Amino acid sequence: MTAVMDPPAPPARPTGPVVRARRIARRVAGPWTYAALIAVLAGSAFPVYWSFVVSSQTPDAVDSVPPVLVPGGHLFANIARVFDTTDFALALMNSVIVSGTVTVSVVLFSTLAGFAFAKMKFRGRNVLLLLVIGTQAIPTELGIIPLYMMMAEFGWAGEIHAVIVPGLVTAFGVFFMRQYFERAIPDELLEAGRMDGCHSLRLFWHVALPAARPAAAVLGLFTFMQAWNDFFWPLVVLVPENPTVQTALSTLASGYTTDYTLVLTAATIGTVPVLLVFLLFGRQIVGGIMSGAVKG
Amino acid sequence: MVLMDKTTRRHRWDTKFSPYAYVTPYFLIFGVFGLFPLLYTIWVSLQHRNLLDEGGAYLVWFDNYATLFADPYFWNSMGNTLSLWMLTTVPQILFALGIAALLNRKVRTRTLFRMGVILPNITSVAAVTIIFAQLFGRDFGLVNWVLDLFGAGQIDWQAGTATSHIAIAVMVVWRWTGYHALIFLASMQAISPSLYEAATLDGASGWQQFWRITVPLLRPQIIFTTIIATTGNMRLLAEPLLFNPGAAAATGGSDRQFQTAALYLYEQGFTKYDFGYSSAIAVVLAIATIIVAGFGYLVTKRIQTD
Repeated sequence: MTAVMDPPAPPARPTGPVVRARRIARRVAGPWTYAALIAVLAGSAFPVYWSFVVSSQTPDAVDSVPPVLVPGGHLFANIARVFDTTDFALALMNSVIVSGTVTVSVVLFSTLAGFAFAKMKFRGRNVLLLLVIGTQAIPTELGIIPLYMMMAEFGWAGEIHAVIVPGLVTAFGVFFMRQYFERAIPDELLEAGRMDGCHSLRLFWHVALPAARPAAAVLGLFTFMQAWNDFFWPLVVLVPENPTVQTALSTLASGYTTDYTLVLTAATIGTVPVLLVFLLFGRQIVGGIMSGAVKG
Repeated sequence: MVLMDKTTRRHRWDTKFSPYAYVTPYFLIFGVFGLFPLLYTIWVSLQHRNLLDEGGAYLVWFDNYATLFADPYFWNSMGNTLSLWMLTTVPQILFALGIAALLNRKVRTRTLFRMGVILPNITSVAAVTIIFAQLFGRDFGLVNWVLDLFGAGQIDWQAGTATSHIAIAVMVVWRWTGYHALIFLASMQAISPSLYEAATLDGASGWQQFWRITVPLLRPQIIFTTIIATTGNMRLLAEPLLFNPGAAAATGGSDRQFQTAALYLYEQGFTKYDFGYSSAIAVVLAIATIIVAGFGYLVTKRIQTD
């Protein structure tokens, strides 16, 4: 985890009153600020930590008073139990396929459309762009009944492509890439390419795509995590025999025996992939959100 | 007509038609699987359409709406939705402002803290709800254990309307506050230091500066966040569904004490397969969301700017 953190800060310089006065705008954090931030950090991390603790205990330990707050040694036994009692392997595989396909597709189509919107002139461009921005705000979940009817009609209900296909594009992705291209590629560069007789698809492939890599990566991270965590639509359209991780969790939690160890072990397993992505690329994710990358 | 060489003609053709080809995948897929179902919901809401009925679907115009407006379960779910909207949106924005102000100070290991606040947002809503449901358990939940240390006794969080709403609100606030905090932080960092320097010279305290300078300058972000949070919080579904998982999960508690409108939509649509009625709920919920978001806009717009 430390690998992705800031390099250690240099030793604090002596801050006399003069220096401090100049630094008023960005107050140097005092002990209370740190105490508050550490409390926030602890609150943020605790439920995830707690899930891990329960996953590593025997079922009896969960019901003990006072509660056990440190990890035990039963993590692997519990993981084995999850895979033995449920079809969690299938759920994981389905989630990998769904999230992987959706991520590649969203990044590709968003980059293509974003490039066209930012760097090509065509009739109706502004109207179409407004349409993209407008549809970002629409809660498409409210169309879930007709969407389900369509999937039933196509014979896709219960199959994972019913989850994949509606996720192949997002308005957010198109807008996000468009904003990036607008700033990242100078028009002169493309103009020069055109003068050399470059077809626009070649311009896209050799100029735009390499330049778009940082933004495409951030979009890919967001899309992957969102697809992995998606719950409502998979719950509706899939069947318990062919689940994603999230719907499998829901089925497991709905069982008549409330074996919290088993349920929370599954929750922990299902969280590990996004947690890994987060620990490796957390800096980029933070940067993406702060630069206005609002999830749609 | 002037003769053009082959390359120029191809170039013309390219610049004229390629852009459409590039944006087509988006509009095609979104149109078919996003926009069309959304609009078709209105049509379905005017039909009697129940998968369990042999008779098939037929037009009934506003019958579903008439039934809906006389349905106490629906009003119950709308009440719960509004209560949860209030209990989630307001704390989210206030806490996010506070956390952003803390992060805006010169903090060491700032990446660690920023990643820390966003961690809840990347965890799955299903996993988080299951974890919180356990933490809020009546007999062995950690929350009750802590409260017990202070002599508060055992609370059956799921049983009461207020307690269940608080528990669900905690899950939502936990998940989204850090995300909003980072958006606020980004804007706070763009505020000119000279404003604070001048205020300090005038003897304004840090607290006064926060409310008189920072908050007014963040008004656009606060409005934006309120609307985004409202559209999310008006259709909470996973949290109430998984707070009390089991055969009757879709009712949101034994007395429907935490059934949201989105959950009622789910119950009608996917446990009773009454697609017409469920679509009517979707349409009314969409309109209610627009009204509430508009209300949120009017309130946040009143933040004073000089």
